[in-house]
Amino acid sequence: MSATTEVPATQGPNLKMAFNDYISRVKSGDIGALPAVLGLVALCGIFAAISEFFFTPRNFANLLTQAAPVIVIAMGLVFVLLLGEIDLSAGYAAGVTGAVLVLLISNHNVPWYLAILVSVAVGMGFGLVLGTLVARLGIPSFVVTLAAFLAFQGILLLLAGEGGTISISNKYILAVENNNLSVAQSWMFYIGAMGLYVLSGLNRINGRRKAGLKTELIKLWALKTIGLLVITFVGFLSLVAERGDPPRISTKGIPLIVPVILIMLVVGTFVLNRTAFGRHIYAVGGNAEAARRAGINVKRVRTAAFVICSGIASIAGLLFASRANSISPTTGGSSTLLYAVGAAVIGGTSLFGGKGKMRDAILGGLVVAVIDNGMGLLGYGAGIQYLVTGGVLLVSAGVDAFSRKGANAS
Amino acid sequence: MTDPILSLKGINKSFGPVHVLRGVDFDAYPGEVTALVGDNGAGKSTLIKCIAGIYTPESGDIFFNNEKVSIHGPRDSTALGIEIVYQDLALCDNLDIVHNMFLGREVKNGYILNEANMEALARQTLDGLSVRTVKSIRQTVASLSGGQRQTVAIARAVLWNSKVVILDEPTAALGVAQTEQVLNLVRRLADKGLAVILISHNLNDVFQVADNISALYLGQMAGQVKKKEVTTSQVIELITTGKSTPFTGVRS
Repeated sequence: MSATTEVPATQGPNLKMAFNDYISRVKSGDIGALPAVLGLVALCGIFAAISEFFFTPRNFANLLTQAAPVIVIAMGLVFVLLLGEIDLSAGYAAGVTGAVLVLLISNHNVPWYLAILVSVAVGMGFGLVLGTLVARLGIPSFVVTLAAFLAFQGILLLLAGEGGTISISNKYILAVENNNLSVAQSWMFYIGAMGLYVLSGLNRINGRRKAGLKTELIKLWALKTIGLLVITFVGFLSLVAERGDPPRISTKGIPLIVPVILIMLVVGTFVLNRTAFGRHIYAVGGNAEAARRAGINVKRVRTAAFVICSGIASIAGLLFASRANSISPTTGGSSTLLYAVGAAVIGGTSLFGGKGKMRDAILGGLVVAVIDNGMGLLGYGAGIQYLVTGGVLLVSAGVDAFSRKGANAS
Repeated sequence: MTDPILSLKGINKSFGPVHVLRGVDFDAYPGEVTALVGDNGAGKSTLIKCIAGIYTPESGDIFFNNEKVSIHGPRDSTALGIEIVYQDLALCDNLDIVHNMFLGREVKNGYILNEANMEALARQTLDGLSVRTVKSIRQTVASLSGGQRQTVAIARAVLWNSKVVILDEPTAALGVAQTEQVLNLVRRLADKGLAVILISHNLNDVFQVADNISALYLGQMAGQVKKKEVTTSQVIELITTGKSTPFTGVRS
């Protein structure tokens, strides 16, 4: 119990106590994003030291667009992983919904926005079937989604035709992974996003103070916020810097995918942290029986999580189509899904359920992408890349299991 | 003598050929702790589940505040103000104390959770129960001791202005100091005017906090007695044989 003893309110909190409190929380197993952040910093440091191209604006922008589809699939997976379930079919769900999108636009002249709606609806339909089988019939999600993994692969093959790829030339779809905000738009976006972040933080502190509750330490909050501002500002500056080949092609500005992912992060985090539905997802993942007795419709929560996961996968399908200008029978296949699960777990989401955040998908997705990108730059083949990624995943899953042990021991 | 807030008359319940409850009468009074004792298989849990609405008795009446009520599901009993704290507590380890106390009944502004409001209410409830062992109500339940968990589960039960709180073996897994804490809490609940039903195997606990003792024996109510008027050995006789050497003050 000593690990959780808190500061007596009379003494008034200070930074040192907050730090000690954090250390004790880490010791008791609540490590949060720490391993992923440390890993990311270490990997970036290593690659930057070896390859001079790694820390260039062009590679940074490239890295973000590279990481995007896996990050998006991982975001959906977080919902399912929070329940302690798994969705092995999310990768091919992205492939199939991407194929639906591309076929509708390229072969049937459906307007792009309508096609996106249909592909998301198809994804959610997949999720509804999977979720119903898991929640109502009680078939383990591993088996249901393994079956779906094979079935979706089949559907994708049928849609694409043997060995064929279906290409897309719609400029709106292609823009998502290929276009950048103009420099002016980038500044507006950066200032706007950071302004909103600071305002919402102040608003939260103010709300708690009004309700007469102990507020988060202002100094600590300010430090964290300034840290985030500095880091993101450096990233932002590298993105608005010239990264093209100036006389011929000029490329600068934040890739369009960044705001897209940020919006998904904000919406997802809001759903998980600020709505009753999100709270119920954590509750079901933590103790389904307790949730049931508290009057929560556990089956509905389970089903909804699968619907969300496959629905979000269909957005990843859009990204795949946008990035490759086409969908092929292997889109969303091979290591995509495993990278996405790995991303969520590396970010700090627990495979045992009940623990995880939206931002885990981004942090972990970046770690996976940095390994891929950096090893590629250093000229290592796919073999070494897989080995290293596998090792990192094993380490992070180990950290998760180890931290759970620590939490139980306290 | 006040009227019982919860009164069961002639409850019968059987599972197939097994007649678990046979014409059981049971009363719980506001401001008093009523201990429900009985050997394993005497029907304690079944009786509680009939009150909770998990089982529906085949015959018999349930009166709440002298009015006949029918309880067909957990929602009905909750609506009446009956809360049950099960032995395994049913808390989510990964959520904090506030989240657990409001689980399934979150306070919302539209679709958004009103965290500040919930935290204030939780704090108020814990203070009202004079709970001082919990330092931060934003710590996860995983980090709490057994006694603290029991406290959270009980606090959750009284959060909703409930009138009857049923505690299923609240001290079974606790150490000496924590048992003391929980029993004090049980006493305070009754002092606040709630009717507390305490299921326990531990007669020391029962004699420490209970006002009334109801003993079940093989599905029948062997006796509802006042604690002051019986001795431990008489209660043990009631539990083990269903009869007892003469004593005064049998209520029914």
